Amino acid sequence: MNFLLAAAATNPPAAAGFQFTPALGMFLSFVLVTLGITYWSARKSTGASNYFAAGRGITAWQNGLAVAGDYMSAASFLGIAGMIAFKGYDGFMYSVGWLVAYLTVLLVVAEPLRNAGKYTMADVLAYRLSPRPVRAMASLSTLTVSTFYMIAQMVGAGALVKLLLPGVGYEAAVAGVGVLMIVYVVFGGMLATTWVQIIKAILLMSGSLFLSVLVLKHFDYSFAKFFEAVGKVPVAGPDGTIVHKDFLKPGLIFGLEVTKGWGPIDLISLGLALVFGTAGLPHVLVRFYTVPDAKTARLSVVWAMAIIGAFYIMTTFLGFGAATILTPANISVENMSAPLLAKALGGEIFFAFISAVAFATILAVVAGLTISASTSFAHDFYTNVLHHGRERGPGEEVRVARIAAFVVGAVAIFLAIKLQTINVAFLVGLAFAVAASANLPVIVLSLFWKRFNTSGACWGLGIGLLGSIALIVLSPSVMDPSGKGLINAVPWFPLKNPGIVSIPLGFLAAWLGTILSTDTTSQLKYDELTVRANTGLGAEKATAH
Amino acid sequence: MPETPDSDLDFTPEVSAETDIARLGHSSPPPAHEQTADEDADVVDWGRVAAMDEFKALVKAKAAFVVPATLFFVVYYFALPVLVGWFPELMEKRVGPVNLAYLFALSQFFMAWGVAFVYLRQASKFDDRQNAIIAKLDLAKGGKSK
Repeated sequence: MNFLLAAAATNPPAAAGFQFTPALGMFLSFVLVTLGITYWSARKSTGASNYFAAGRGITAWQNGLAVAGDYMSAASFLGIAGMIAFKGYDGFMYSVGWLVAYLTVLLVVAEPLRNAGKYTMADVLAYRLSPRPVRAMASLSTLTVSTFYMIAQMVGAGALVKLLLPGVGYEAAVAGVGVLMIVYVVFGGMLATTWVQIIKAILLMSGSLFLSVLVLKHFDYSFAKFFEAVGKVPVAGPDGTIVHKDFLKPGLIFGLEVTKGWGPIDLISLGLALVFGTAGLPHVLVRFYTVPDAKTARLSVVWAMAIIGAFYIMTTFLGFGAATILTPANISVENMSAPLLAKALGGEIFFAFISAVAFATILAVVAGLTISASTSFAHDFYTNVLHHGRERGPGEEVRVARIAAFVVGAVAIFLAIKLQTINVAFLVGLAFAVAASANLPVIVLSLFWKRFNTSGACWGLGIGLLGSIALIVLSPSVMDPSGKGLINAVPWFPLKNPGIVSIPLGFLAAWLGTILSTDTTSQLKYDELTVRANTGLGAEKATAH
Repeated sequence: MPETPDSDLDFTPEVSAETDIARLGHSSPPPAHEQTADEDADVVDWGRVAAMDEFKALVKAKAAFVVPATLFFVVYYFALPVLVGWFPELMEKRVGPVNLAYLFALSQFFMAWGVAFVYLRQASKFDDRQNAIIAKLDLAKGGKSK
């Protein structure tokens, strides 16, 4: 990190236009370091378990950092800081759910998944269910979740880079991010992706910590003074005069009055999607295949929780710091709150550093999404569905995954450029809703319900996926009478977050599909799956290096 | 430059794939670190392990921890949107420099870390019991499961 600062310090700040600014210098330093890592990884990433799972040799703390780096997107770093800066307390409510969700990962899925699976979430499902239909559905759901999430990240990246690096256009920014993520994944595989995520997590944590300390220093390291200022943030009143608002008071986003009564239910619905969806996000789940055994997987979740929790507590200082020190009136764009706060407190170089952190954040997340999508396509769909689990030649699966990563990346670049002007924030919510309503119910039921069968899994995945998409399309995120959404009409469904309806729907479909089918073959291997999941007998080993 | 064999004329068996999906042309089993879950399938008599009293007790003990712990954190977490959403007056009560709403939100982080810490300690006991079960199996092809 120090060398990044040093590298940028030697570059004189430029005045205007497309010149060599400190921010650009730091962007380039990050790119160079990560490309170096990719080169190093490429030589080690031979063979499927090296390419898809980093040889299962990642340690607990490394994987903890990588999970954090995989998970904390620009939406959480810039989005939540901005939301707290503009809406106060309710923005912080977002922060809470992102951490608590990891308890589901820790208590329910991480260890059984590591013990019984190989590269993808579908491996666990395919154990005792009919592999081809289940893998086809699981792969569809994985690709859907990853693509939606990726487009949201890339559109955000384009908008962000345009703000942080004046002179670089939206298309160039999106293409740059896309090409880099393709390079990491195609050449460096899971090993390069992991290290990009680890570096990003370290950069993000140090940047946020330093910014938080600067905020506290501004208030003479006194929490009392800090919260006193939060109690009276100057905002523009209805008639243009400045009024002072208590930003610790809940209700500016989800309050009953602001949302015509639906706010608290929407918040609960969001919470459900987070708490049940995180444990069904393919790009988070694949991370547990990179460690040697279930115990390391467990420890790595705890590492991740320590890092993610510390970060989300710091969003209080970033967000409230921007609200009190800058005040909302002086922040041009909500998402720019944290970088602008860094500029005000730490000068041009620190602004450049925080901007580079934001850039690294996006890259690490999209790289994780790309590798999980391409792994699922190659392993689940190509090898196991199309070719009945047999490779036709050495290394075919990895080759297909590399091609898939390239295609997924290219499609994401194309869509992100096409969707430039559309508000795609709802796509992140949609990804979580699908993960919670389609993936999690079938993972849990296949691990813990003996009677569960193939028909139940297909129904659960299908209805969970379609239900979430349908409810989002009918929600205020897409249907907006004021013309801001994709469809210019009054929404049919009142909630922005479909979880409260779609998650029970997913479970119900999985249950109905099961009991309406007389298929009992899935029960034959239930003992085996239980023993594997609980003892780690026969689990995939780390490759010896 | 090495000759590329014509696959139609070359009758030597295909070399094993670098990946662990298909391993053709080897009569000996692959070394432990290259074995896939499928190749391990007949190593353990799954039914026998599942029927062991120790194993049943372990699965029960895990459920006895995980189910209440999950219920606890779900209730604790959803209390936040419920209280903040429908009882804002209560949550706006001042406590020191902050209010109850902020304190309760902050407490969620410590709740999550606390549950994780308790689970870590509990899980190391599960590990011991799991190792005892594996030791009892006295696996013929030793080294499979340490």
